[in-house]
Amino acid sequence: MRRPKKYEAGEATQYISRRAALRKLQLSLNDFRRLCILKGVYPREPKHRRRAQKGSSDIKILYHAKDIRFLLHEPIVWTLRDYKIFAKKSGRDRAIKDFRNLKRRLAMFPEIKLDHIVKERYPTFIDALKDLDDCLTLLFLFSTFPSLHLIPREQSNLCRRLTIEFLHYVIASKSLRKVFISIKGYYFQAEIKGQKVTWIVPHYYPFKPQSRQEVDFKVMSIFVEFYTIMLGFTNFRLYHGLNLAYPPQFPSNMLQDNADTLKDESSFVSDRITALNFELLRTDKVQEDEEEPDIDMELLEQDGDSKRIIKMKQEAQEVSRLRTLFKGLKFFINREVPREPLVIIIRSFGGKVSWDSSVFSGATYDESDETITHQIVDRPSLSTQYISRDYIQPQWIFDCVNQRQLLPTNKYFLGEPLPPHLSPFVDAKRDTYIPPEEKALHDPSLIETHAQSEDESEDDAAAEEEDTVEQELLDAQLQRAYQQETAEYKKYGGADGVNEDEEDSDEEDFDGEEQESDDDDEEELDEKEKRLLEEKQKMSVQSGKVHKVNKRQVHKAEVDEHRLQARMVKPRHRNLFRKLIREKQAKEKEEWLLRKKRRTIETDAKEAKKLAKREARKAAAAAAAAAAQLGAK
Amino acid sequence: MTKKQAIKRKVKEPEPTNEQSSASEPSDNEEDDDLLQAVKDPGEDTTDDEGIDQEYQSDSSEDLEFESDEEGNYLGRKANNEAEGDAEEDEDDDEEEDEDSDEASEDNDDAEEEKPSSSMTAAVQTKVEPIIQIIPRDPSKPEYEDSDTSDEEDIRNTVGNIPMHWYDEYKHIGYDWDAKKIVKPPKGDQIDDFLRKIEDPNFWRTVKDPQTGQEVLLTDEDIALIKRVNSGRIPNAEHDEYAPWIEWFTSEVEKMPIKNVPDHKRSFLPSVSEKKKVSRMVHALKMGWMKTTEEVEREKQKKRGPKFYMLWETDTGRESMRRIHDPVSAPKRDLPGHAESYNPPPEYLFDEKETKEWLKQKDEPHKRKLHFMPQKFKSLREVPAYSRYLRERFLRCLDLYLCPRAKRVKLNIDAEYLIPKLPSPRDLQPFPTVESLVYRGHTDLVRSVSVEPKGEYMASGSDDKTVKIWEIATGRCIRTIETNDVVRCVAWCPNAKLSIIAVATGSRLLLINPKVGDKLLIKKTDDLLAASPSLDVIDNERIKTAVQWSNAEPEEQEKGVRVVITHFKPIRQVTWHGRGDYLATVMPEGANRSALIHQLSKRRSQIPFSKSKGLIQCVLFHPVKPCFFVATQHNIRIYDLVKQELIKKLLTNSKWISGMSIHPKGDNLLVSTYDKKMLWFDLDLSTKPYQTMRLHRNAVRSVAFHLRYPLFASGSDDQAVIVSHGMVYNDLLQNPLIVPLKKLQTHEKRDEFGVLDVSWHPVQPWVFSTGADCTIRLYT
Repeated sequence: MRRPKKYEAGEATQYISRRAALRKLQLSLNDFRRLCILKGVYPREPKHRRRAQKGSSDIKILYHAKDIRFLLHEPIVWTLRDYKIFAKKSGRDRAIKDFRNLKRRLAMFPEIKLDHIVKERYPTFIDALKDLDDCLTLLFLFSTFPSLHLIPREQSNLCRRLTIEFLHYVIASKSLRKVFISIKGYYFQAEIKGQKVTWIVPHYYPFKPQSRQEVDFKVMSIFVEFYTIMLGFTNFRLYHGLNLAYPPQFPSNMLQDNADTLKDESSFVSDRITALNFELLRTDKVQEDEEEPDIDMELLEQDGDSKRIIKMKQEAQEVSRLRTLFKGLKFFINREVPREPLVIIIRSFGGKVSWDSSVFSGATYDESDETITHQIVDRPSLSTQYISRDYIQPQWIFDCVNQRQLLPTNKYFLGEPLPPHLSPFVDAKRDTYIPPEEKALHDPSLIETHAQSEDESEDDAAAEEEDTVEQELLDAQLQRAYQQETAEYKKYGGADGVNEDEEDSDEEDFDGEEQESDDDDEEELDEKEKRLLEEKQKMSVQSGKVHKVNKRQVHKAEVDEHRLQARMVKPRHRNLFRKLIREKQAKEKEEWLLRKKRRTIETDAKEAKKLAKREARKAAAAAAAAAAQLGAK
Repeated sequence: MTKKQAIKRKVKEPEPTNEQSSASEPSDNEEDDDLLQAVKDPGEDTTDDEGIDQEYQSDSSEDLEFESDEEGNYLGRKANNEAEGDAEEDEDDDEEEDEDSDEASEDNDDAEEEKPSSSMTAAVQTKVEPIIQIIPRDPSKPEYEDSDTSDEEDIRNTVGNIPMHWYDEYKHIGYDWDAKKIVKPPKGDQIDDFLRKIEDPNFWRTVKDPQTGQEVLLTDEDIALIKRVNSGRIPNAEHDEYAPWIEWFTSEVEKMPIKNVPDHKRSFLPSVSEKKKVSRMVHALKMGWMKTTEEVEREKQKKRGPKFYMLWETDTGRESMRRIHDPVSAPKRDLPGHAESYNPPPEYLFDEKETKEWLKQKDEPHKRKLHFMPQKFKSLREVPAYSRYLRERFLRCLDLYLCPRAKRVKLNIDAEYLIPKLPSPRDLQPFPTVESLVYRGHTDLVRSVSVEPKGEYMASGSDDKTVKIWEIATGRCIRTIETNDVVRCVAWCPNAKLSIIAVATGSRLLLINPKVGDKLLIKKTDDLLAASPSLDVIDNERIKTAVQWSNAEPEEQEKGVRVVITHFKPIRQVTWHGRGDYLATVMPEGANRSALIHQLSKRRSQIPFSKSKGLIQCVLFHPVKPCFFVATQHNIRIYDLVKQELIKKLLTNSKWISGMSIHPKGDNLLVSTYDKKMLWFDLDLSTKPYQTMRLHRNAVRSVAFHLRYPLFASGSDDQAVIVSHGMVYNDLLQNPLIVPLKKLQTHEKRDEFGVLDVSWHPVQPWVFSTGADCTIRLYT
């Protein structure tokens, strides 16, 4: 039998470098990249890089050999080759100006088919939902793009269409859970079939020309090519699940036969669809909403009341509450407020919404509608205001959704400085820093006390300032208080007496020991004996002192002990241990820093407030004095 | 020459007749073009031909006439009398040369030229006069048209087509038709050339004729011609490529029809077949069989987009399909925290310092604690588009297709989990916890301390060359014994019936009676040491040179020294056997005699090893068995003293051993090393350490087991004494339990040294430590 050579078996044969893969597939690097993106083939991190790279230690891009073999059988490889042929032939036609042939050829452009790849990459529908995050984020970005050299108009239009369809689904299914305004964009999180799908809608207007080194649109465009197909199929299935007609349509009664509608029906419909403000056509006749299958509460109840079940129940209740959060409310979105994110949120929680019809088509009612309950404005002041409605800033909507309840609107009124907007995505039970606002959210009592204490302190401060005149009275009071205190002290002193005995006994023990030790020496020293006798005569029971446990010392001893024990970590875990400790320390430091910053900010604010108050009072006093003088005159 | 020329003449001969007949011109036979031109525009003959002249002849206007004249003459002559053609050509050559060399003589030449021609045929001359201008001087052209040989060009030099450099050495360059030498023109040197280059404005257009060596001045026409030839145009500027334009279909509206047939009736009637066709089309459109181009376009548009259908039949059902191998899904992006909010709580905003640091880490963005700078906006309308949004999405795309993936188990454990579960020290009391006494008195660092077996007194040896005996309970120094050298080690005899201290000072080992405690015991010890037993065994030479036993001198006797054992090298360590009869000393410099065993009762010494196995650091007697532990720098060897053989070799895997201590039961050995480690060896288990402890931050100097309690202590250069619990169970299956209990750090640091020695009280759980700060401390 032949002895196998080095790197003929094992890990070295499992991996294949990119260059070798290119050679094996007979593709150019660009085609290979495209193939990898479409097929979802990615490099692998080997267990032993040296071994996988046949002895060389520089870092190469390694693919699994099986993946490359798998690509070998991919039909789109042939399409990619057809592209090459097409480019060559059409280039030739163009060069020799054979335009008739060119036209014929262009009609026969080899279309790439990705349906089977979607199925293959996501064998179950849930898999596709799991991977929807990147897809949605990228498509939402691309839907805002202008027509670029590498991104055809059609592609961004398709992105726009598919994302709008997805949003329609989210609204219809009421599956939105969390929303957040970040500096990067609007985060939305929906729960679709148990999967949390998070996507970002960038702030308007995200496109900026980029240098080639910064952003390569070609790569992104390939991703979009795949993601559009994937989202299309996902949308189809999602719509089907809700009994909605897939390319979204409106019920026939929606379309009044106006001149507008008749003129260009398709564009009218697509406008209304992008407005996101109408119910879509359903395929079943039931149509009546609120048939939500509440998680089988009875079933759960039968299971007993373990913590998990209780938690699930709570969650279900919260979600059902969230679904009808804005039910019965009528919103009007002002011109300056970004329409789309707000429409999604309001509509998916049962609210009615409209906007200025000049801003976007699909407005259902006018600003002058008296039944509007909330108007969302984002400007410091407004000339005409209706008494019947609340003028709120857009953050109110977001905070309400994250809180899963309607918050009082007073903090969000027009022109009011807003409370901080907190992220709903952080874990509430984490062990890092939690800002006081978030604490207050979890424990509403905190916020009361916080306010109260503030008031109190203010009152105190005021009292201090005001009571300069009544000094004598105060002195008398103080005297009285002091007397009371002394009386109390006496009482407590009696109580302490019980403890004292114990202390004494301790003391005595100690003395005894000393005596013993003294006895040892006594053999030699007679003089000392005399002295001792004298002392013994003088000896009497003294009042003991309260033995105070020095907390700091105890703590220090504990820390020392812990430190010593920590030195007993097994040598093979030592590095890990150190790393963990370092991480922990860093986290603690971070927390400490944030807390400190907060404290300084708060004290500064308080100082400023006090100063302002004092100033105001002074000014008032001065004004009063001036008035008095005037009056005297 | 003659043959070819003759042929040429033959060919040429008939043509002139033709031409003459057609155009009545005795022109050259080759001039077909001219003929045509003559046909086209007979009136402008002269001018036209002059133009051609300009093209082909390349002369200045003044030269033109002359040249053309000349040529015309020549050609004319050629036509007329071909027999003389050769000679004439030569003549012509000469004239050209002349023309180049001196233009002043042009007129003369002219005259000369004309003379022969006139002399030939006056009749022809008159006719030729205009023709002279017509015929361009292109000697090569006619000949090419006849035959392809280049030999028959206008050749004045008769040497033929040979490399002209053959004539380099001669004054002439060849022969003319008359077989006369053609003399080379005078050739200037480079300076002349240069001067000419500067002076002569026509230098650039002066070309050398390789055949004759004459310089030829190119005319403007010549240059224009060359340019045209070079650019690939037709050399003749006047030549019109599209000349004979015949307009077949005139643009002018004619009054009369070309055809004389009246239009048919059906041309005035609507076509029935077309009507049928149209009606069919209309029907097809109505029926939807046919589509308008608009509709077709729309359909194409529709067809182009992707088509979606129900790809997955159920939510979770999976079809067995070939997929990529062992798919690893990409991790999701981190969700945003409070800091990313457009309106975060104020503490999340960067202060000045943080901003500066964030900006500083521009080149290594991965080190930033946040990948963005938190910002606060007063209202939503002020929030701009995030500038790095595109870049971030792009990086995510890159991650998805280019980042290597692997499945890794993420360790999500608390650091506490890694600390072994040990019992609380509070459950393991008693052990020393506080410093209770400090013994001061030494003036230099205290090397060693040893406690009396009963536990009342303690002896210490210091670098100030003294041994001090202390009373433990009071901290009083009872006696100070001065020695001659630095005291390296003191060891109290473990036998309680003897009161002897072995003191290693320099190269002498002193056995001292401390004279403390039981008087009877002191007396007995003195007696024992005073009587020197008779030596029945004669020591060999090797031992004799190494060790001498002697009784102490009288003045030393007073101090308490009884026996002096003088070694040949400084002693580093001395240790007693448990019974108190044997003691072993270590002299690191003693090579193969570095370890010695002395027997007190027989006053005899032994050298157990004949070969050195390394630098011996310390030695130890087994408490029960007749075993001897020898620690070299790296290893520990255990010897059987009875069988005199190596039992075991313990591998410490450390750089340098400093000390060792054996558990009173004898199964466990504790080794301290200078590389901060302490090693616990279970002698029954393995030759490798059962546990390695890194409790100290610096070199460990010494370790000691307590005789009764399950405690051990270690002293290190980091000034700390660490007391640990070391429980050894009788059950062999249960491993020893080691728990560090207390770190006692009260010694002061001096010259990099901290604690030098530790020793336990034999009865109480008290530990003594000696330090470089000249003190001995007792912890209880």
